[in-house]
Amino acid sequence: MNKLKRIAVCMVTAMLSVSLYAQSNTTDPMDTMRSNGKIYVVVAVVVTILLGLFLYLVNLDRKISLLEKNSKN
Amino acid sequence: MIQKNWWKILCFILLLYTCSYGFLVEVPSPPGVPLQQTIRNLFFHVPMWIAMMVCFTVSLVYAIKYLRNTEPVNDIYSTEFARTGTFLGVLGLITGMIWANYQWGKAWSGDVKQNGAAIAVLTYFAYFVLKGSLNDEEKQARIGAVYNIFAYFMLFPTIWILPRLAESLHPGGLGSEGNPGLNPKDTTNAMRSVMYPAFIGWTLLSVWITTLRIRVQKVHYKKRAHE
Repeated sequence: MNKLKRIAVCMVTAMLSVSLYAQSNTTDPMDTMRSNGKIYVVVAVVVTILLGLFLYLVNLDRKISLLEKNSKN
Repeated sequence: MIQKNWWKILCFILLLYTCSYGFLVEVPSPPGVPLQQTIRNLFFHVPMWIAMMVCFTVSLVYAIKYLRNTEPVNDIYSTEFARTGTFLGVLGLITGMIWANYQWGKAWSGDVKQNGAAIAVLTYFAYFVLKGSLNDEEKQARIGAVYNIFAYFMLFPTIWILPRLAESLHPGGLGSEGNPGLNPKDTTNAMRSVMYPAFIGWTLLSVWITTLRIRVQKVHYKKRAHE
């Protein structure tokens, strides 16, 4: 569980820097999303896919760890 | 636990950086270079090949290890790294074709590097066909390891040497600057600050996926040994 918590903290802090970067230009967050040819929309989509992919991998990793534990006994 | 997994977290952070800043970083568009925004593929298409080469190299090392000392674990490592490498090669080919379709007008223009990469990937397909056609496990591992060494030494002429000797649409061909992956003319320092993390991040991701497969295969192997 401790490992999971640390991963979650890492993810949150990583996301924090992204939103801080995005908000440094304008005050309204909606404008940020629509600025620069709406490129931030693409960033949001790709980051979401990446988050999903990593959650899936972490889950898989834990399941395989469990499998290894069971096969040892 | 955390000591064992720090590189997975590093991989996540690097890829998060690549996939966010990779879209925002200023890219140059010098006159005469029609790449425009597509140069951002440098952070996604090129790392597939870098990660593929790392996987194949690790696979080769374990193939040699297997031949020196017939430990079945070495064969599991070698096979699974080759599998991930081949998968990345296919991804590299597909992403390259999408890019080429809009950059060079055709998805497949018979460019020397495109052909070379296709040959390299096919050589590794043959590795799995060869392994699959043998029933005896030990034979499968030994012949597979020998073929793996051969495949690796086919890979490097086709993607490193031949593209430099002939005229190529890729950078680094005959009479053009750079190496088969990059052109120094349209790569700025800002882009490099995304490119190298991207290379490391995608490579770590491929290693992670491979270790998952290896662990499953090891459990399978242990089960079979018990029966």
